[in-house]
Amino acid sequence: MAHHPPKWLDSLVKGFLPPELYEELLGDLHEQFAFQAEELGVQKARWMYFFEVLRFCRPYFLKRRFHAQSKYSTSYTYSPAMIRNYFKIAFRNLLKYKGYSFINIFGLATGMAVAMLIGLWVWDELSYNKSFKNYDHIAQVMQRGVFNGDFGAGAHMPLPLGNELRTMYAADFKHVVMSSWTYEHILAYGDKKFTKQGNYLSPNAPDMLSLNMLKGTRAGLKDPSSILLSESVAKALFGDEEPVGKLMKIDNKLNVKVTGVYEDLPYNSNFKDMTFIAPWDLYVSSESWVKRAQDNVEWNNNSWEMLVQLSPTADFDAVTQKIKGIKMKHVPEVVSFKNEVFLHPMSKWHLYTGWDKTGKPEGRIQYVWLFGIIGGFVLLLACINFMNLSTARSEKRAKEVGIRKAVGSVRSQLISQFFSESLLVVACAFVISLLLVILLLPIFNEVADKQLSLLWTNPIFWLMGVSFSILTGLIAGSYPSLYLSSFQPVKVLKGTFRAGRFAAVPRKVLVVIQFTVSVTLIIGTTIVLRQIQHAKNRPIGYDRNGLITVTMNTPELYQNYNALRDALLKSGGAVEMSTSSTPATNLNSQNGGFDWEGKDPNFKDSFGTIAVTHDFGKTVGWQFVQGRDFSRKFSTDSSGIVLNETAVRYMGLKNPVGKIMKWNGKPFQIVGVVKDMVMGSPFEPVYQTVFMMDYNWAGIINIKLDPALSATESLKRIEAVFQKFNPASPFDYKFSDQEYERKFATETRIGQLAGIFAALAIFISCLGLFGLASFVAEQRTKEIGIRKVLGATVPNLWGLLSKDFVVLVIISCLISTPIAWYSLNGWLHKYEYRTEISWWIFVVTAILAVGIALLTVSFQAIKAALMNPVKSLKSE
Amino acid sequence: MGRSYLGEFEELVLLTVAVLEGTAYGVTIAAELKQRMNNRLISLSGVHIALYRLEEKGFVVSELGGATSERGGRRKRFFRITALGKRTLAEMRQVRNELWDAIPNPSFS
Repeated sequence: MAHHPPKWLDSLVKGFLPPELYEELLGDLHEQFAFQAEELGVQKARWMYFFEVLRFCRPYFLKRRFHAQSKYSTSYTYSPAMIRNYFKIAFRNLLKYKGYSFINIFGLATGMAVAMLIGLWVWDELSYNKSFKNYDHIAQVMQRGVFNGDFGAGAHMPLPLGNELRTMYAADFKHVVMSSWTYEHILAYGDKKFTKQGNYLSPNAPDMLSLNMLKGTRAGLKDPSSILLSESVAKALFGDEEPVGKLMKIDNKLNVKVTGVYEDLPYNSNFKDMTFIAPWDLYVSSESWVKRAQDNVEWNNNSWEMLVQLSPTADFDAVTQKIKGIKMKHVPEVVSFKNEVFLHPMSKWHLYTGWDKTGKPEGRIQYVWLFGIIGGFVLLLACINFMNLSTARSEKRAKEVGIRKAVGSVRSQLISQFFSESLLVVACAFVISLLLVILLLPIFNEVADKQLSLLWTNPIFWLMGVSFSILTGLIAGSYPSLYLSSFQPVKVLKGTFRAGRFAAVPRKVLVVIQFTVSVTLIIGTTIVLRQIQHAKNRPIGYDRNGLITVTMNTPELYQNYNALRDALLKSGGAVEMSTSSTPATNLNSQNGGFDWEGKDPNFKDSFGTIAVTHDFGKTVGWQFVQGRDFSRKFSTDSSGIVLNETAVRYMGLKNPVGKIMKWNGKPFQIVGVVKDMVMGSPFEPVYQTVFMMDYNWAGIINIKLDPALSATESLKRIEAVFQKFNPASPFDYKFSDQEYERKFATETRIGQLAGIFAALAIFISCLGLFGLASFVAEQRTKEIGIRKVLGATVPNLWGLLSKDFVVLVIISCLISTPIAWYSLNGWLHKYEYRTEISWWIFVVTAILAVGIALLTVSFQAIKAALMNPVKSLKSE
Repeated sequence: MGRSYLGEFEELVLLTVAVLEGTAYGVTIAAELKQRMNNRLISLSGVHIALYRLEEKGFVVSELGGATSERGGRRKRFFRITALGKRTLAEMRQVRNELWDAIPNPSFS
């Protein structure tokens, strides 16, 4: 009798047979095995047993297995009556514990709303430019190279490249469009005049951009003196009149005819500012320097933007390989920079805007990731709350589970009951979160500079929203439903049920996770804001108060420097005025070709170059460290040059004043050195810059307002002067301090958004903590009563109840410190000019977090501690 | 109303239950059939399915009992033929007899 059939075959049979037949069938099988083992030998009996078992795997038994319950019991999982009952009980539970329900639903709704907003934001970022039909085939032509070891890339291209691409590579390109860059121009019709942003483009541009023409046709741009207007500009200029066929003026010098009106380009595209399009040929013929570049085939004048649409069969990388050597072929000097012409596809225009020094692409994609992760975390916090509160309350539901089991519920029913409960809560939260999003969207749009709206009609949005809610419901409901349904009814009903010593451990871990995320976000926000403040406090080397700039947009302004200056000073509105090639807040011209005493001949120099007039220094208030300002007293100053401190260090000069430096062979005498002026990004070191005297190379009028008058009064007087000197243009000006502020726009926006999310994260965490604290206080009511009777004081009890939570928060702070330090250190290293991460930030944040947690918990703790022990002990 | 259909194998199993009167359960029925049918391949599962179907149709009733050590202490399910079962067998036999009688030349071989 030592022989037994193989165990694994028995378990296989068990998987197939209906449970009520298992005993008799397996008995028969074993009996037969024993018989055959005696008769035919063990080995053979085993084989026969194996085949016998296989023959038991039949549909008949399977069918009986699944229908078994309907024969012997009537409880099955998905009866409508039971589901109705689950929802009824769920509703009653929600109403019975209003506080918990509020915390649960509202916390979850906040989390979902945040996730939704971030989702919309990410969606918008990713769908940038996608409105263009030829999205997959459009690219910008750019060039890249390595300069003194650092990678650099730019979109300024030489003019002849356009023709070269069009003729030599005709098979690869469907359209090659030259662009003058989108820039401000004055549009005038009758006595209406506006400054609007627009672009001069090749005539095939409307086809490439698949413009939706409301009036006229895309071919309208083929006429060299035409203009296409966007809908909004057409409305502003012509009102209800028919715009097509009307004559109007650009920059008070070009007469053009409106040949079409196109629908405004979408806000989330790189062309959102392009409100009109004029023909490229008009630009070439009206600007002598452009005409010269075209006539002389100037390959080394990189000044224009170039957009292309590939033919349907070509792909970006292959075409880049073909065209990368063009520039080197025509301009042999750039070989030393490893110059390459390449295509930057439209799909990367927005998210990959730049390259770091090693040539790795970077850009907004980092923020997409950052906010995506934050959104995920905030949602996680909300889910954790939900789980925590549900499990904490599980003991209250234990009796219900016991009774349900006693009257015949099977476990799967209880599981589905708790899932349906959590799904109900999630559904409420989803609806509330939609409402919240509708309410918050305008504010969010303002902060994020977006035009987002709920994608009501987008099936993907609904699919994501609903599947996401169900997922949240399932995750959040999983722990309570699986845990609660495992209770043994006998124990629960007898009252001996006790959650084990470690039942609270997962809850504590979740609280720690919550606070770790919140504290990390708070530290992050603090450091981002400090970095912005740090850059704002940076000494900028000039005085931007009351400084305004006016663009020199018409020919009239170029002729009367002295007359204009006199008139402005006489008006009383201005105390100083000058012109310069660029505004003080934007260094946009860099050149090489300088030579000086002691320069290494292999050194590839590059300087910021600005042309100024005698009065520039007094207008912007620059400060000299050596030498003197330009002066009318010295006629030699017309070939004088002023350096900034960085330039002196860059050139390695000891006593710069009086020395000669040459630019393209022309000598300049250094008259003075100014303190570094922050003209570019305030987060980067000041660029080596030279200031030259040139009255003809001017683009901007700088005016210092009279500080004695109010700005509006000064501006009114100045405007009157401009009306006289430049009647064809509206008086548009920019305050330099506002322009300077705009340099912080990206950082400020991120700081604000991160701040909002951090606040929400801590809010959600505190909601959860509040719920947990009140639960703990309730559970320990009797204990507190007895302690009070025995003489415990209110502070005693307060400490008793708060201690556990405070410890958790402190642990979170300890965990989040290295995480925050590591990630923010990486972020800060992007900036050349950056703040330090000081230890006190961590300490203050920790104190703040503990303080907030303590406040939250204390409310419940003190309430419990103040309770009359007579009342709490009397019950039952 | 016709009575439930009885398949060939079911009929054999039902007859065996009647033969084994009181000791009919899976193993014995299978052994009996095997012996009588010249070792035709009789599978335990087939016998059981036939038995359960017969029980559903009301031709047999069953009860549990008689655990032995070969069975690992598991009980057997004993089957007994019901009156309906007996009557059905009798009816079938009669139909067959009548058919045999109706054959003009019964001695074919």
